[in-house]
Amino acid sequence: MRIIGRLSFGLLIGLLGSWAARADTLAVCTEASPDALNAQLSTANTSFDVSEQIADRLVEMQIGGSDLVPGLAQSWTISEDGLTYTFKLRHGVKFQSNADFKPTRDFNADDVVFSFRRMFDKSDPFYQSASGNFPEFVDLVAPSLASIDRIDDDTVALKLKTPLAPLLPSLSMQPFSILSAEYAASLQKSGKPGQLDQEPIGTGPFSFGQYQKDAVIRFRAFHDFWGAKDGAQPDRVAKVDNLVFVITPDASVRYAKLRTNECQIARYPNPADLPAMRANPDIKVQEAAIAGTNYIRFRVDRKPLDDRRVRLALAEAIDMDSLVGAVFQGGGTPAASLVPPSLWGHDAALKPYPHDPEAAKKLLAEAGYPNGFTIDLWAIPVVRAYMPNGRRTAEMIQSDWAKIGVTANIVTYEWGEYLKRSRAAEPSVGMLGGTWDYPDPSEILLGFTCNNPGNAMHWCNQTYTDAVQKANVVTGQDERAQLYITADKAVYDDVPLVRLADVKAYVPVRKNVEGFKLHFLGGQPFGGVSLGK
Amino acid sequence: MTLFLAHRLGLVLITFFGITVFAFALIHLIPGDPVMLMFGERNVDPAQLADLRAQLGIDRPMIVQYGLYVWRALHGDLGTSLATHDSVMDEFLTHFPATVELAVSAMLLAVLIGVPLGIIAALFRGSTTDYSVMGIALTGYSMPIFWWAILLILLFSVTLGLTPVSGRIDIAYDIQPVTGFMLIDSLLSEDSGAFRSALSHLILPAVALGTIPLAVIARMTRSAMLEVLSEDYVRTARAKGLSPLRVVGLHALRNALIPVITVVGLQVGSLFGGAVLTETIFAWPGVGSWLIHGIARRDYPVLQGGILMVATIVILVNLTVDLLAGLVNPRLRHRR
Repeated sequence: MRIIGRLSFGLLIGLLGSWAARADTLAVCTEASPDALNAQLSTANTSFDVSEQIADRLVEMQIGGSDLVPGLAQSWTISEDGLTYTFKLRHGVKFQSNADFKPTRDFNADDVVFSFRRMFDKSDPFYQSASGNFPEFVDLVAPSLASIDRIDDDTVALKLKTPLAPLLPSLSMQPFSILSAEYAASLQKSGKPGQLDQEPIGTGPFSFGQYQKDAVIRFRAFHDFWGAKDGAQPDRVAKVDNLVFVITPDASVRYAKLRTNECQIARYPNPADLPAMRANPDIKVQEAAIAGTNYIRFRVDRKPLDDRRVRLALAEAIDMDSLVGAVFQGGGTPAASLVPPSLWGHDAALKPYPHDPEAAKKLLAEAGYPNGFTIDLWAIPVVRAYMPNGRRTAEMIQSDWAKIGVTANIVTYEWGEYLKRSRAAEPSVGMLGGTWDYPDPSEILLGFTCNNPGNAMHWCNQTYTDAVQKANVVTGQDERAQLYITADKAVYDDVPLVRLADVKAYVPVRKNVEGFKLHFLGGQPFGGVSLGK
Repeated sequence: MTLFLAHRLGLVLITFFGITVFAFALIHLIPGDPVMLMFGERNVDPAQLADLRAQLGIDRPMIVQYGLYVWRALHGDLGTSLATHDSVMDEFLTHFPATVELAVSAMLLAVLIGVPLGIIAALFRGSTTDYSVMGIALTGYSMPIFWWAILLILLFSVTLGLTPVSGRIDIAYDIQPVTGFMLIDSLLSEDSGAFRSALSHLILPAVALGTIPLAVIARMTRSAMLEVLSEDYVRTARAKGLSPLRVVGLHALRNALIPVITVVGLQVGSLFGGAVLTETIFAWPGVGSWLIHGIARRDYPVLQGGILMVATIVILVNLTVDLLAGLVNPRLRHRR
């Protein structure tokens, strides 16, 4: 009995260890498991986060910004007609190795051609090993792609059927990561093509270590990373030996792990926890404006919303300052431009519609609705990066509209159903938004052009459509930015939608985390992050 | 006995069939579809969405999808996940050991604490001890797991720093899965601290998951014990002058445990239910958190296959308990 007692006491004492982290390991609490370890196969940010550490793209994004920087392509030229992109590739870039594969050569044009070809050549064994599942490629590039060819060891030509101005920004996304053709060949020889996507090899700052489903993803610093040489990409170089994604679905638990230092970075905090996080001396909260947009949009082909005066009245009736203050709690500012300030093409000159219920009432009377009307107002049922509380937003709009005699019935559905019905243009007044995946305004703005299947407002404005479609084919960024500003102004004048707020995202990190920059487009880099004392 | 066995097996088959219908129908009743959720707000060409639906096979008539699902399941093929494109059976098998480890620990905890508590309450029937033990049991039974789990984390991990918050083992230990049971794998590894770490990670989830079964077992033991204590043979044993320990521990407890064993078997079902919440909170990579992730993504094959596997296991455990009870207690098998 005494022995058992002593044993259990010993065990108990033994268990009271400290769970403090080691300086050479950076633990990041993430919210969910990735669909795939190679982002070519996914549309999910969880997968982009994994590929961002392991692999590189031809062109990349400046961390924490929306400008393009050279990646594996050192430079590129675009032909006059906008149909041929010629990429000059970087020299001396090393691939990582693993237990089954040691690279014998540096990165070259074959790797680029292979990485793209596997996504469209149905006879490629690596097309088949992924069952042809390359959703981003199919969505963004495949419809315009004519061919991709090797010119010589360090030159690749990508040819298009039609000009596609957002091509380079799209290619900066993790689903366009460059894989090793040599690794693929060796896997094909050993009859394990599936391993290409399960034990990925790339040229990035961290090499893939191990994935335990729904538990952890381990990465190791890759010391031959090209970005360390000649100051090519110093801010992406690994500063810790080990990087671990600790998959923790519950936001309160992620916060608890941050407090006990089991994680040094905890992603996607509960907005309600932010004040406590800011008050905690061991934690600092980092923030960045997201590249997102949010709005309520009108079915302009339905009465009474077919009258611009009615739409303007509804816009001017909303007390946007109070709404943004209450819903976004310091994390937002009232917005007017469809393109957010974090992205190029933003129109800083546009100001939110004035809050003027009297003018609104007058407009309604002019339009023939002196006593108002009754209408459905749709509310987003879930928390999105661009919308923390759809219900509250709808309620505040409802009460503002009541003041001008408009009765709004709030309607909502389960999220998947909400999306489906929104796509089918069901709502008269629908709330929606979105975040950009790559740094190009076209991604969301194209959806509001005439006859676009995504245009659920049934709004057709020629000025807007011409500007956005032209911006999709000309390649000069300054010219494109001007076109988006013209388009934005057309939206503002015709009021098919009312923008709500420009939004910030937050990430709490331990005090000793240095060099972390919150990135808002696609995968989050953890190169450059170090742990101080 | 043969008739009893045939009767039970017949029931199992019907239940099994019912589960396939039920799981399939319920999953497809949830609004929204995986393709919609995959692209979210993005403006994707409807033709492309339709292509993707066709590629995933979710555009076919419900009855065809159901037929395929049953046909494949009968051949041991649960399909492939829509999200990861991995075999559902493989995914289930990777997640299953974690759930077993957690469920067994929770059950051990529940039995080892619940049975003695029930006995104590029965022996001191009507006393303050009885009322406080049963009061605590009732509280435990009524505690929502997700709330209880967060409370445990805040107290034991964040405030007192005694246990880790979540996960199966400290990330410093890179344990390769051999059996899938972290306690065993950590012992097999060279690292001496690994087992300690694995054990410490198991405590809070096991307590959170074991609380409800513990309460049920304590209450069941108490009432079974009370019934047995008033039996003639207990009085006889006492009259023979046996020590109270022998009377309670040997004569009474043995008979009182029969209904308790049945309850333990029945709790397996609720353990799986509780594991869904417990695993999600404690980031425990078991079947429960796998299914939750599947619901969020409308991963139909994962849900259909996962629910079928879990239900099969619960049915088998209940069947075993039934048969055991029949073996132990002849009155049951003759009653049919």
